[in-house]
Amino acid sequence: MLHIKCPHCGMRSQNEFSYGGDATVKRPELGKEISDQEWNDFVYNRKSLRGKHWELWQHISGCRQWIKVERDTASHEIFKTLKADQEIS
Amino acid sequence: MTQAFRLENVGLINRNKKLSFKFNGKNYHGYEGDTLASALIANGVHLVGRSFKYHRPRGFFGAGVDEPYAIVQLYRNGETEPNIKATEQELFEGLEAKSVNCWPSVNFDIGAINNFLKIFLPAGFYYKTFMWPKSFWYKVYEPFIRKAAGLGVASIKHDKERYEHKYEYCDLLITGSGPSGLASAYAAAKNGARVILAEDKSRFGGTLLTSDVNIGNQSGKEWADGIISELKEMPNVTVKNRSQVFGYYDHNMLVMSERISDHLPETKKFHPKQRLWYIRAKEVLISSGSIERPIVFGNNDTPGVMLSSAAKEYLKVYGVLVGKNPLIFTNNDSGYETAIEFKKNGIDPVILDTRNDPNSEIIDEAKNLGIDIKFSYVVVAAQGYKKVKSADIAKISEDKEQLGKIENIKCDCICVSGFWTPTIHLASQSGNKSKFKEDIDAFIPGISKQNETTLGAANGVYTLDQTLKSSFETGQKLSKEITNNDNKISFPNVVEKKSTVHDKFWCVPLPKGKNYKRFLDFQNDVAVSDIEIALKEGYRSIEHVKRYTTLGMATDQGKTSNLNGLQLVSKIENKVVPAVGHTTFRPPYTPVSIGAIVGREVGKHSKPTRKSPMHTWHEKNNAVFVDAGVWLRPRYYKRGNENLFEASKREAKNVRTNVGVCDVTTLGKIDIKGPDAAELLNRVYTNAWLKLPVGKARYGVMLREDGIVMDDGTTTRISENHYHMTTTTAQAANVLSHLEYYLQLVWPELNVNVVSTTEQWAGAAIAGPKSRDLLQKLFPNSDVSNEGLPFMGYIEGDLFGVKAKIFRISFSGELAYEINVESDNGNFMWEKIMEVGQEFEIQPYGTEALSTLRIEMGHVAGSELDGRTIPYDNSLEGLLSKKKDFIGKRSLTRKAFTADDRQKIVGVVPLDKKTSIPEGSHLVKDSNAPLPNPKLGYISASCWSVEYDNPFSLAILKDGKNMIGEKLFVMSPLKNKVIPVEIVSSHYVDPKGERVRS
Ligand SMILES: [Zn+2]
Repeated sequence: MLHIKCPHCGMRSQNEFSYGGDATVKRPELGKEISDQEWNDFVYNRKSLRGKHWELWQHISGCRQWIKVERDTASHEIFKTLKADQEIS
Repeated sequence: MTQAFRLENVGLINRNKKLSFKFNGKNYHGYEGDTLASALIANGVHLVGRSFKYHRPRGFFGAGVDEPYAIVQLYRNGETEPNIKATEQELFEGLEAKSVNCWPSVNFDIGAINNFLKIFLPAGFYYKTFMWPKSFWYKVYEPFIRKAAGLGVASIKHDKERYEHKYEYCDLLITGSGPSGLASAYAAAKNGARVILAEDKSRFGGTLLTSDVNIGNQSGKEWADGIISELKEMPNVTVKNRSQVFGYYDHNMLVMSERISDHLPETKKFHPKQRLWYIRAKEVLISSGSIERPIVFGNNDTPGVMLSSAAKEYLKVYGVLVGKNPLIFTNNDSGYETAIEFKKNGIDPVILDTRNDPNSEIIDEAKNLGIDIKFSYVVVAAQGYKKVKSADIAKISEDKEQLGKIENIKCDCICVSGFWTPTIHLASQSGNKSKFKEDIDAFIPGISKQNETTLGAANGVYTLDQTLKSSFETGQKLSKEITNNDNKISFPNVVEKKSTVHDKFWCVPLPKGKNYKRFLDFQNDVAVSDIEIALKEGYRSIEHVKRYTTLGMATDQGKTSNLNGLQLVSKIENKVVPAVGHTTFRPPYTPVSIGAIVGREVGKHSKPTRKSPMHTWHEKNNAVFVDAGVWLRPRYYKRGNENLFEASKREAKNVRTNVGVCDVTTLGKIDIKGPDAAELLNRVYTNAWLKLPVGKARYGVMLREDGIVMDDGTTTRISENHYHMTTTTAQAANVLSHLEYYLQLVWPELNVNVVSTTEQWAGAAIAGPKSRDLLQKLFPNSDVSNEGLPFMGYIEGDLFGVKAKIFRISFSGELAYEINVESDNGNFMWEKIMEVGQEFEIQPYGTEALSTLRIEMGHVAGSELDGRTIPYDNSLEGLLSKKKDFIGKRSLTRKAFTADDRQKIVGVVPLDKKTSIPEGSHLVKDSNAPLPNPKLGYISASCWSVEYDNPFSLAILKDGKNMIGEKLFVMSPLKNKVIPVEIVSSHYVDPKGERVRS
């Protein structure tokens, strides 16, 4: 079970969180004309990375904040966690 | 009955407490402090089972967790449990156990015929033998394997024992209470660190209980006892026996199973049987010691052949002799320690040492005691079928290839020592890549992956002095880093006998003309010849060899077999052992009961049970409940002998003719506040929300980004910047997360707050033509006329002194209202509604009637919004705004979603107007078409229409919009039904929706 540092609450066990997928995906702006390909990439296409990966988690059994977590998908090492409004660097 | 193999004054058992127990139906006695194994051996019982494949007789091989043979079926307090190691099971009064893996009995075992039909069962025998002919599989092979295989029988009864889970944090978790565990725990505890010390056996001390050493002028055991009692007194230390740390997971989380009651005849009141600990440790000290490994020789699985360390443990801890005529077969000094213990207790052992005249303190002591030692000697084969009777021995050449003349020597047990294998399972599970240590011929942990340090024998350190020193230091250093305390502990003086190097000899060659089975894996019956075959057949990777031969795959996970298997592969392949590498160690280290893993989350406790504030009223009024997610909801209210069908029909009919009341507390409710609340709703719902006036509700549908309907519900504008959203019961949590996702990550510029208020409000729906009359009486001071409170209107009212929210919304399709009050007033509200409603012939209705009402109105619910349908499919396309963008809108332009013959919701009526249509049935054009019959759609929901008094269903049907009036067939192979049906509009009752506006 992972140990995740919620930027709001501190170190908490994984079972307080729910996983939210790739954190680098940007939703196209509302009302913007975009191609089918762009939309498909947003809705469906994800890389299955081995290694460092920025992903979203929600602290559902805690502060309910969505957070960004940089995790190694192979070793599960967590390098960094950010609040929702912090940019991935 | 006398215990013929019990010594009089040796051991740690309590001779004042005699215990009786039963094994394979026979009565025996043992003492408190025995294991089932030690008590059986004390009684001279060595035949305890049959091996897995060849069903050869099996005795005891070890004295603890490494035991591959002595697995029994245990009977305790009316329950039975398989896969219990007799070497771990503590004796209690009335214990009963039976052998497994033998049929019909351990003495006469039919499966043993396999032993003589070896040709059937070489490596990969499952893959080869049982593959063809195919028809034989079900009839012949499978029943045979099922009968013959297996390590006991799982109970089919409900387990009435309780199992607990516990979560714990600590600074240092120390796994094992041998010398390294005690020393490191003591040093860390003195520095004030929070320490958990776990020992899998009942007694603390590990090898200190059996070794002849002196620490600070005390025996090893006295020193261990002193440390333990001091640790137990310290508030920062948790000391646990009978507790096995079996898994090392990510981020330094370890799992430990504590056997609280397994050693008692029955579990004490309010006590759990076992407890599973999830421990998050800052540092982990692995002090799990080492396991002696066998030397491979002919018939080395015969009962009476066992590890020399086990023989010593039976003697020193339990006062039990494993034999009175022991043969010790060793390649190192450890065998001598066992021999010396025998000798001290009046037994004359013979030592066969594979080495050529080695010298050490221990060997000298054995010589001085007059023990018969034969150097450069090996056991070629054990003789005897159900018990060792003698051994064929021979001198072995310097190059260990040639055997001298075979001699036969009488003995009743063979105690084998092939040196020591560090127990690196936990370190390996943590991700630590092990490395091969040449001088001990075994793997030890390499560079730490997580915060783990391996100490003592587990790290390949086999002298007590070094072990204690490094463990004190490590415990001190790690705890100092955490607590900043620096308590110096004086290091005790250690006296131990010096030993010399071991012989890297592990397998006795076969004598000419003999074909003895030489076993590597005792539990799975993997012999040297099996590995040879696997390699001959081209298997190279050790992982493949393992799976093909099942080497190391049994419940003992190769604790005694692993290294010898590797030695063999490396010898045949002409590689060094580290180049062969070992297979992966996976948790659990030892079997863990399913009960412990599941914990308290069984039956009703597998999820929380949520009840509405009106639950007690429902109970008192004969409600029959149904699980709706985690909620318990009344399904119907039983009157007299009514069944579900009759009751729900009555309740639904009463709604259509008079008025009914339904508990709708479970609906998800989300409070939405902020200046941008309307903008948020406008983006998450498919329809327009910017112009909804205060005091008005609106129905909305929300999509996922892929265009699939996520949820529906009504949202009401309570005031300028305040909205009250409702969701379906099932999606309440998901919808909240969904809103939070967009507010926090996608549109953080929106100034809106959302919070769940599901539990804050109790809700009652009153529905039916008389509902307004009822409402007027409930709220005499409010204007609830069609003008004062029109369809989709909202007002606040005073319900006999209680503040209430009144929504004019309808799920039943009738004139209807929903009243919300604060949860604490829920029961008051309900009772008032029932009391005042009496004159309008009000009846409560449950979810079954609720379903009937919504189905015949064609209102969609969970069974249509099932994560596979888009708005069009549910005839909700009228709610799709063309003017604005919303979540999921872009997906609706996809080809499949706009296809002309796209599936759509329809109504279905059986032609005979009688036959009920099973939900989940398929719709087809031709009931006699060859299979696979093309499927046109499926029945999503069925009811008995109270309006028309015939069955009615909703279906999602391909090209639904053009199918009205068509005749199709409903097929349910599951219920064996074929029903001719007519497709009708999904709006079966009141298609114009006049009632809700009346
Ligand atoms: Zn948090």
